Amino acid sequence: MSEQGVDNSKRQFLTTALTVVGAVGTGYIAVPFLSQMQPSTKAKAAGAPVEIDISKIEPGQLIRAAWRGKPVWVLYRTPGVLEILATDTGKLADPSSLESNQPESSQNDFRSIKPEIFIAVGLCTHLGCSPTFRPEIAPNDLGSDWNGGFFCPCHGSGFDLAGRVVKGVPAPTNLDVPPHRYVTDTLIIIGEDTTEASA
Amino acid sequence: MKSKYVENCGSWFLERFPMAKLWNEHMAQYYAPKNFNFWYFFGSLALLVLVNQFVTGILLTMNYKPDASLAFDSVEYIMREVPWGWLVRYMHSTGASAFFIVVYLHMFRGLIYGSYKQPRELIWIFGMLIFLALMAEAFMGYLLPWGQMSYWGAQVIISLFSAIPIIGDDLSLWVRGDYVISDATLNRFFAFHVIAIPLILIMLVFLHIIALHEVGSNNPDGVEIKESKDPWGHPVDGIPFHPYYTVKDIVGVAVFLFFFSTVLFYMPEMGGYFLEHANFIPADPLATPEHIAPVWYFTPFYAILRAIPDKFAGVIAMGGAIVVLFLLPWLDRSPVKSIRYRGGIYKKAILLFVISFLGLGYLGMQAPTAGATMMARVFTAIYFGFFLLMPIYTRWEKTKPVPKQVTEQPTLEDRIPGFLKSVDKMTKDVPVQEHGRTVMHKRPNPTGIANVGVSIAKKIKGSLD
Repeated sequence: MSEQGVDNSKRQFLTTALTVVGAVGTGYIAVPFLSQMQPSTKAKAAGAPVEIDISKIEPGQLIRAAWRGKPVWVLYRTPGVLEILATDTGKLADPSSLESNQPESSQNDFRSIKPEIFIAVGLCTHLGCSPTFRPEIAPNDLGSDWNGGFFCPCHGSGFDLAGRVVKGVPAPTNLDVPPHRYVTDTLIIIGEDTTEASA
Repeated sequence: MKSKYVENCGSWFLERFPMAKLWNEHMAQYYAPKNFNFWYFFGSLALLVLVNQFVTGILLTMNYKPDASLAFDSVEYIMREVPWGWLVRYMHSTGASAFFIVVYLHMFRGLIYGSYKQPRELIWIFGMLIFLALMAEAFMGYLLPWGQMSYWGAQVIISLFSAIPIIGDDLSLWVRGDYVISDATLNRFFAFHVIAIPLILIMLVFLHIIALHEVGSNNPDGVEIKESKDPWGHPVDGIPFHPYYTVKDIVGVAVFLFFFSTVLFYMPEMGGYFLEHANFIPADPLATPEHIAPVWYFTPFYAILRAIPDKFAGVIAMGGAIVVLFLLPWLDRSPVKSIRYRGGIYKKAILLFVISFLGLGYLGMQAPTAGATMMARVFTAIYFGFFLLMPIYTRWEKTKPVPKQVTEQPTLEDRIPGFLKSVDKMTKDVPVQEHGRTVMHKRPNPTGIANVGVSIAKKIKGSLD
């Protein structure tokens, strides 16, 4: 037994100090452990640009390509479709694409560099399903006010043929338009912006 | 004759390990209420399914390859070329669905008999954590076959994280380990599925049982059996878990295995509910299947997610649907535990809740049409209403007096005379000409059937009041 009794405040200080040191140490070791789960260098490097040849695309046709493991759509829109896109904007949540993701060159009514060629990442902005291409007007299952567009089978979000989201569905924004540029009239590079090329 | 050597070995061990103490505390001298009914099988059945998942899971890892280019084929290899591989794989996949069936029934038991109420709140919390771990385990396991549903299901669920403001996108990137679901995601889900979550599950099951054995089991009457003890200090209404309930549970196991084996051997995909058809197509990152839905056990929560027309609010609602379950012990203000002595309001509320939960489960499997979304919104409102209005309506309840000790319920045998009587009422003897003789035949009696129907309806109404 100690003759002077126990100094509890010293014990408390030592306990606190040890706890703090231990917590700091745990924090340090947590960094490599948690960072281990970040994308590896290899995964980061895999995002290289891809080329799409659109010389064979027909009016009304949609072709698909893969960029960074995501589906990218190229759609050839007919003048009829463009007219619908220009007029039928009352049902859209973000018709001018102010809240949505697209390069500056595509921030216009048709969301594309050339009005007839529409390019988008084919993943719903809600939870990442790939919407189905439904160009027909007023099909039975989608109702009479459907003027052609993309419909997400997972949660029922609808987009028009410019990838603009309609009101009252779970998807918050329009479909993303990836950075892209025209090398020639029929060759597109996905993953590089028009501004990057000129710089 | 028992050899002295064996006896010595035995006592050497017992002097160093509290075997007898553990056995007595948790089995031979753990007193459980004597009035357990059908609903009390599901705890031990859940344990049985857990063991099934461990054994078959370990065997599956011996041939499965957690690699995006090999995974799908390795599962087919197990199914076709590994001896008895099909059996082990189907035991594992059927076991996953069986796990949720058993756990949902186990939770429902807690709901109707008030097993979450004081002093068993912590058991309920541990149980809910087990449910949460189980959902994580099932979700990650479902990615491993690398089929279309695996891929797109994981895509949707991981995207849920991205709905969280500010950190959302980085968080979902961190969970995936890549910009899309990829080999990195598959590999880490394998690690979580076979090591991390099973360890957590085991630990939680241990805590669940230790907490249960500390306060003792609830029972269909909601009576605390520890409050009336015999001169030896044992609960009057209690019987030792072993041998009474160990033996009784064997009967439950036999019945369970009967159903389990029927599914396992005759309908292992359960018509696309246990293993979805689209999952027999290898994952294709460029095309979502026409109709995607999670496996049946997630569909109630999935339907809630879809019912809300806003991304972040939908995710919050889905998470909230699970969080309210955690809060149940504090939302329920009724002094009575068991539904046998609770008021009509609670019985009607539970009925509505069950209907809306099953309704949500059904709608979650269907395509999102406008009508279905409207129904899902109504059911979602009822689901949350059941929990969030509970502090109010449980206070209005007119409860019945709770007995001091557990009651005896009529057995199946006791009910036979009553049943025969109603059969008599519903039929009448009609003379029929047969081979030239007049024979009396029993034929349905419409007025009798109507009378019995009315009295059953009255009885149901009476028990709901």
